[in-house]
Amino acid sequence: MSRRGDWVYENNGGTCVAVAGADYCVVAADTRLSVGYSILTRDHSKICELADKCVLASSGFQGDIKALHKNLAARELLYQHQHNKRMSCPAMAQLLSNTLYYKRFFPYYAFNVLGGLDSEGKGCVFTYDAVGSYERTGYSAQGTGSSLIMPVLDNQLKSPSPLLLPARDAVTPLSELEAVDLVKDVFASATERDIYTGDKLEIVVINKAGTKREYIDLRKD
Amino acid sequence: MFRNQYDTDVTTWSPAGRLFQVEYAMEAVKQGSACVGLRSRTHAVLAAANKAASELSSHQRKVFRVADHAGVALAGLTADGRVLSRFLRSECINHAFVYDAPLPVSRLALRLADKAQVCTQRSWKRPYGVGLLVAGLDESGAHLYYNCPSGNYFEYQAFAIGSRSQAAKTFLERKFKGYDDYTPEQLIRDALSAIKETLQGEKLTSSNCTLAIVGRKDDGTVEPFEMIDAKRIQEIIDSMEAAEETPVAAAEPSSTQEEDKGTDAAPMDI
Repeated sequence: MSRRGDWVYENNGGTCVAVAGADYCVVAADTRLSVGYSILTRDHSKICELADKCVLASSGFQGDIKALHKNLAARELLYQHQHNKRMSCPAMAQLLSNTLYYKRFFPYYAFNVLGGLDSEGKGCVFTYDAVGSYERTGYSAQGTGSSLIMPVLDNQLKSPSPLLLPARDAVTPLSELEAVDLVKDVFASATERDIYTGDKLEIVVINKAGTKREYIDLRKD
Repeated sequence: MFRNQYDTDVTTWSPAGRLFQVEYAMEAVKQGSACVGLRSRTHAVLAAANKAASELSSHQRKVFRVADHAGVALAGLTADGRVLSRFLRSECINHAFVYDAPLPVSRLALRLADKAQVCTQRSWKRPYGVGLLVAGLDESGAHLYYNCPSGNYFEYQAFAIGSRSQAAKTFLERKFKGYDDYTPEQLIRDALSAIKETLQGEKLTSSNCTLAIVGRKDDGTVEPFEMIDAKRIQEIIDSMEAAEETPVAAAEPSSTQEEDKGTDAAPMDI
């Protein structure tokens, strides 16, 4: 709760996670929408498929998130018209960064994780702050449960020191099923302790065959 | 059309109440290579005859997707047409952004017509030199509109524009009454036959025509606006010719060179 009379944001809670693999990417988010200590709905998707190989999951203020997703989807359609192909994930990553920084002095209250396949078909995950600073990583978590999930992902997925030779890829050597299981486990853990995370988990898996979606129940308390 | 003292400016009326600059702009449309559009209750088809500047160059793109539910075919100054297509695309995107629904085709044609009208009433502008056949699908079914440089637009069951389009129009006039109930395949065939009429004897192949279709199938699924690829067009042409059993099959499948030789250059299309 804020004491300012001009506070225009609210945090609707929720957590988003993405994990990149050698030829797949898993993007997952819970479906609970909250405000304060109340639940607004148990069935709200935080995930937006922007292009056939590019999926965005955002948590934060849903008003800004909806506007951001619509904005990006419209820009992607324009790109399709002009270039006769869909936007690649790295291109969308840059576009998202620019879109966020464009509102540097009245930001989108959105914490984003972009996941997909890059132009070579390898999994990629891009993680953002609210004003567009971004980085390509092998995995990321954003949202109210991120501080509970990120250490666990670091433990399981973090590559050894970058100083070690030979250089190791940021993407995880895990198989697609193992990655999905890991995501389900971390969400189950986050749901236990984060009041804003729970109800259902939406998992989107992108690989060269296309996009698959599945829903897992989480604790509803 | 003769030169006279009332045709220098688009903002000058003639004593007979005509704006000659606007009429000259419509002449530019007649110089472009032919385009044909036809529709049934559920589908709309656009076809265009491709003209290349020379054997060495590629042909002009004349059919553009404007949105999932609509597209245009143009004849005349293709540069003007490209700019207008971009405008139509952004209109559709903006409408969908605000209303979460596709822009109805009649409104799309109206936006285009209003934009064209502005250029007929400003002394520092010139009318767009391109005629557009706007085809699309919305809640009320499939539609086809013709937008001309004057800012006028009309809805049509079937229409043809560009050079030698009268031959296509005559062909379409004979059959249009039945179009409402045509299947998409029949529409495609008639569109290709209409284009063939404008080629004046030249053999119709997949390399000298473009074809696009949009519609809603009987089961309700929407087929978004898309160009039909060359291979499929050739298959359709082949099956059409087989069905006709034309005795004039003497000419072998012509090479690109032969096709372009006999045709007049359409200066404005280049």
